[in-house]
Amino acid sequence: MIRLVPNQATQITRSEKVTFTFDGTPVTGHAGESLVAALMRAGYLALRNAPNDAAPRGAFCGMGLCQECTVMIDGQVVEACRTGITPGLTVERV
Amino acid sequence: MADHYDIAVVGAGPAGGNAALAAAQAGLRVALLDEQPTPGGQVWRDKSASILSAPVTPESRAGAALRKAIETSAVTPLSQIRVWDIRLRDDHWVLQAQRAATSQEITSKSLILATGAREYVQPFPGWTTPGVIGLAGATALFKQSLTLPGKRTVVSGTGPLVFYVASEIRRLGGEVAAVVTPNTRSQWARALPDMLGQPKLLARGALWVADLMLARVPILWGHAVAQVDGAEQVTALKVRNLRTGTDGPDIAADSLCIGHGLIPNIEAAQILGVAVRHDPSLGGWVPDAAPDGATAIKGLYLCGDGCGIRGATAAGLQGSLTGARAARDLGRDAPTSPLARWHKADRFGRAMTALSLPTPALEALTTRDTIICRCESLRCTDIIDEVATGAASTNAVKSGRRAGMGPCGGKYCQSAIATLIAAQTGKSLADVPPPTPRPPLRPVPLGQAAGAFEYDALPISKPAPL
Repeated sequence: MIRLVPNQATQITRSEKVTFTFDGTPVTGHAGESLVAALMRAGYLALRNAPNDAAPRGAFCGMGLCQECTVMIDGQVVEACRTGITPGLTVERV
Repeated sequence: MADHYDIAVVGAGPAGGNAALAAAQAGLRVALLDEQPTPGGQVWRDKSASILSAPVTPESRAGAALRKAIETSAVTPLSQIRVWDIRLRDDHWVLQAQRAATSQEITSKSLILATGAREYVQPFPGWTTPGVIGLAGATALFKQSLTLPGKRTVVSGTGPLVFYVASEIRRLGGEVAAVVTPNTRSQWARALPDMLGQPKLLARGALWVADLMLARVPILWGHAVAQVDGAEQVTALKVRNLRTGTDGPDIAADSLCIGHGLIPNIEAAQILGVAVRHDPSLGGWVPDAAPDGATAIKGLYLCGDGCGIRGATAAGLQGSLTGARAARDLGRDAPTSPLARWHKADRFGRAMTALSLPTPALEALTTRDTIICRCESLRCTDIIDEVATGAASTNAVKSGRRAGMGPCGGKYCQSAIATLIAAQTGKSLADVPPPTPRPPLRPVPLGQAAGAFEYDALPISKPAPL
């Protein structure tokens, strides 16, 4: 089939795989990529529960504004979309 | 400790980046502040360190050019820094910022705000389900991580962004289940005369649509996503014909990218006292600024999408004009460029913004049970009940129900709330301004905002006169 927009997936080279933990479970991603990208690829879309109705929430705005993708690292609440992954990073749910 | 500059530029997208370059070229000491690790803004967002090599795109090329120009200039880029408050102290602008885990104060003689835009999504049942992300959020994922939002994605929304996102999913090897756009083909045909001034952008858009058609991806014109199903994450969604009101069959998908136009980030300008006006063709409430960025406030300039959604081309041109104007006002020589190119880009940008605006048919997708304020899980009925008690302004609804007091600071609910207030009270949207903005402009940990201090050194204000 003719494609006007070629599939370029195979032309992308990524950094080495590293392992971090999300809520105690090991997850792999590429060193330096955003936590949201790594979690999304691993199938973790629901990252937290809304405080008032406990409904599942996940990344939404992708640019550090909506606060839906917040997770806990080193006792600080951070936006997963603005955090890069490193080997051994311990990520907890808020 | 304060770092002092001639000019501080907030936001390193096409507007802020070019403003900084123009001002530095005139010999000024310029700081360019941005939340991201490298300049580029949302539209020219840089790849993360995880991408070792990837095919070049028009966005990556433009971003690389801007980053190279800044690197080889005298501009001081301050990256990964979050400005959360700005004040005028005597004749200097004082910016409070957070960088890594520390607070920083930056001062400057003049201030250029290039704060860009955020996305509007008309609330509808299920829009808070994990797997639903903004169109702009999807582009961030593509540009930064070259990652897909899911395995099978529905792309929905207004304006040109919907076709860009669908096309990028295909370029990165993903599957687009359908493109669902509230715009009709005749709306696009009517916008054509305004698009002819930017033939390259027009040709690119035509290629995206042609590729989707060749690949037999369903493009549902005049339709919207009316509901998302899935308890923990997206499993399927319902699509509605906006003209007839009839629902189509469910579409199975694991992700939805959706957006209904961009909203200028005006809060910093508002806090500093710039008057705002309602202009739908620029994305809603916009601060008053000249094409060269000048405002009614001495030493304060605005450029780019933050003073009206006109797109990257117009933003870059306005950035250059603004940097030069700010330099001249500080007594430096800087060229005055003709405005013709900016006017052409402005015309194109306004046409795209007009196509992106939510319509009454789209607004009708918000049911009484739909969550409006994501932070506080407030539903449409909560807002309507509050308005019924006499809360006829966004400030009143905010005080009454905390809608806009959550962690996002009202960035994703206030436009929808203003629409509900207008509908309930019979007011025009131009008579329902956004709530009074207050610092922090971005969420900031309290300990870091306070910084290191001695209790004895805290200033004690004079008591208020009786």
